[in-house]
Formats: sequence, C-alpha cells, structure tokens
Amino acid sequence: MTSAHRPHADLHSALALRVEGLCVARGERRVVENVGFVLAGGETLKITGPNGAGKSTLLRALAGLLPRSAGAVALEGAGEEEVALQTHYLAHADGLKAQLTVAENLAFWADYLAPAASAQDFSARGLSVAAALAGVGLAHVAGAPVAILSAGQKRRVALARLMVAFRPLWLLDEPLTGLDAASREKFGHAMREHCALGGMIVAATHEPLGLDEARELRLGKRPPGAAS
Amino acid sequence: MKSAFVCVYLREIRIARRIGGSGSMGVVFFLTLVTITPFAVGPDPNLLARIGPAILWISALLASLLGLDRLFQADAEDGSLDQFHLSQTPLELAVLAKCAAHWTTAALPLALAAPLFGLMLQQDGAALLGVVASLLAGTPALTLIGAIGAAATVTLRRGGLLMALLVLPLAIPVLIFGVSAAAAAAGGSVPFLTPFAILCAISLAALALCPFAAAAALRQL
Repeated sequence: MTSAHRPHADLHSALALRVEGLCVARGERRVVENVGFVLAGGETLKITGPNGAGKSTLLRALAGLLPRSAGAVALEGAGEEEVALQTHYLAHADGLKAQLTVAENLAFWADYLAPAASAQDFSARGLSVAAALAGVGLAHVAGAPVAILSAGQKRRVALARLMVAFRPLWLLDEPLTGLDAASREKFGHAMREHCALGGMIVAATHEPLGLDEARELRLGKRPPGAAS
Repeated sequence: MKSAFVCVYLREIRIARRIGGSGSMGVVFFLTLVTITPFAVGPDPNLLARIGPAILWISALLASLLGLDRLFQADAEDGSLDQFHLSQTPLELAVLAKCAAHWTTAALPLALAAPLFGLMLQQDGAALLGVVASLLAGTPALTLIGAIGAAATVTLRRGGLLMALLVLPLAIPVLIFGVSAAAAAAGGSVPFLTPFAILCAISLAALALCPFAAAAALRQL
C-alpha cells in the first residue's frame, strides 16, 4: 500500500488523545482506576496486563461504548467532533455478517463509517474496498461469503475495515489473534503507515506488535491474591 | 454515496434473503395458526366468517413476533452494534432502517398472504380487502413496538419469550383497532374509516416514538 493518495494526512497530524483520571466500573467493581495518558499524533500505545486487568474495558471506555464513572477523554485538534466519530474500534467480535460476501461487508462499513463530509470530500475517505482487501492479502476471496472464511481470514477482513474509512484513532483489542506471520507483517506495515499519516493507535495485546516505538501502559498492578 | 438509512436497509434485506426462510417461515406459521383454528372452534361457516378477521389478526400478530428477538441480537453478538454506536449516523436511524427491513421481509408477506388464508375462513371480498388494508396499516406498529422489546432483551441469551411478554401487552391497541377495522370492512354499524384512521395513527405514533425508545435501550448495554 502506498500513502501517496491520501492527501488529508496533514489534516490530522496535529491531533492528540488526552485521557485524564479515567475510571470505569462494571457493577460494583472498579475495573479501570485512574488511567491517564497523552498520545500525540503518530504515536502508538500498547496496553499490557494479565487477563482481567481491564484492557478491553479501558478500550471500550475510550471508544465511549462503556460509561466512564470518572475522568475525561478528549481528542484535541479534532474540532467539535466526539472521540467516538474519530475512532475505529476492533475487538473479538469483528462486525462481519456471515451471509454477506467479504466485499459486501466492507462496502457497507465503508459507507456507514465514512465521515459525513466525505460525500463531497473524496480524500477523507479511506482506501477502496479492493485496495484494502489487497492490503491484507485477501483480494482473491472478495466475492466469497464470510461464513466460509477461516478465523484468521475473518480477522484480516476486520483489519481491512480499518482502512476503508479513515479515522485517526485506532483502538485495537488483541488485533493479532489468529494471524499468521505474513499477515502480522502486513498489518505491522499498515499500522506504521497509519502512524506516518498522523494517526494514533491504542492496542491491548499480549504479543509484540512489531512496532519499535510503541509506548507501553501496564494495567493491573494488584498484589497477588487480591483478586477482588 | 448512499445514505446511511439506505445502506442499513439494503444490508438487512440482503441478509434476510441469504438466510432464506425467515420471511417464508413467518407465512407458514401464519398459515398453520389459521389452519388449526377451525379444528378448535369447529367448522361452522357462519362462525368462521364472523371471527375470521380476529383469527387472521391474532395469527399475524403471533407470526410477526417470530424472528423479532433476533432483530438486534445478531448485531450485538457479531460486534456490528458497537460499530453502529461509533458512526455519525444516529443509532435511531439505524434502528428505523432495521425495522423497515424487518417489516419488508417478515410483516409484508403476512399482509399479502392474508387474503389467501382468509378464503379458508369464509371471508368475502370486502372482508379480505379490509384485513389486508388493516394489516398493512397495523403491522408497522407491531414491528416498531417489537423493536423496543428486542432492544431491551438484546443481551439475554433466551430473550425471545421475555420479549413476547413485553411486547404483547403493548400490541393490544393495535389488535383492537386492527380487528375493528377488518370487521367493519366486512359489514357492521361502524364505518371502516373510523377504526382504520386510529390504526394509522397508532402506527404513525409508533414510527415517531419507538426508534428513540429502542435506541435508548440499546445504549444501556
């Protein structure tokens, strides 16, 4: 993939994600306590921690999918728009319909997630469906229903969704699950390119992302035995 | 670029067509209910002619509940619902588009099949027209009210029964005026338009209110 046809890159380079004192409760239990960080455009933050440390909860709260009990999340430099509208969220459930073909799934999300202004401003749109599929090495299954794909292939289709509509902030929950070495290489390249365009990535993972410059946020520093 | 409403609508129609059977299953269930009623109340033609509109309406109401519990559940399970939350398109609009698609694939076939099944219940031409017109006017309200129940029970694994318990009481006004309109068309002291206009009003009110209620329920996940 080349970045030459994305002239909107400069637009987003001044963005920064500022998170202050974020707390999230699930039921009675505080899963995320007092998390704060500032992520400038082009930076990657890797969230690590043991199972149940609140990685997924933190990502969902950042996306606005879970109510925050305290704290603030702001995307500076994005004008009046909410963080949610500038965000791609990728989790275990990949948002793909098994009955539809790969291309139909992606075309739907391209239309649905593209910024409203993109009807006039073509540059604000992401890659075409065909280009995004080629980027994850799945051009040959574009016409196949998602139901017949393997788990790793579905994952790659979900990753292609990040590219069909440009959104500066990527929130990735275990993005590398089920991917083979070649696909990890390709996705690492896509992440580096996203950062080069001024985008930001927050990824919760147990595995190396393949990005040298990723900062790390470690969750769940509870003493052993204090599980509740 | 297509509008978000059209995008969601076409996607849902396409999925329903690929799955196959969800629309036709409703019609078959409808046929089954209509068929077994004479076994219960007896084959007297006069009786069937009198209660025919009510049987057709109750059967259509129950058949329209089929599949409604999956309206948002499939999207919640595969993560599509999260993506709907992250779009600049209001969730209400997505809900409305999904309801419109569900109505087209599940409720519209019921209304179109009703005159055929009505023949089995000794309905004459005017009564058949009345049933079709009242179903066309009333089923949008059933789908939209059902969407609230579907949204409220979206995280429950076996939410179908609970959804029916939530929805059926709310559907009583639709049933009352739907059957009155259908019966009035077959003859009677009330002019057809009186209950029919109220039925249309209920559907319009549901159209205005239910997408907001369902979207509010979906936001509480």
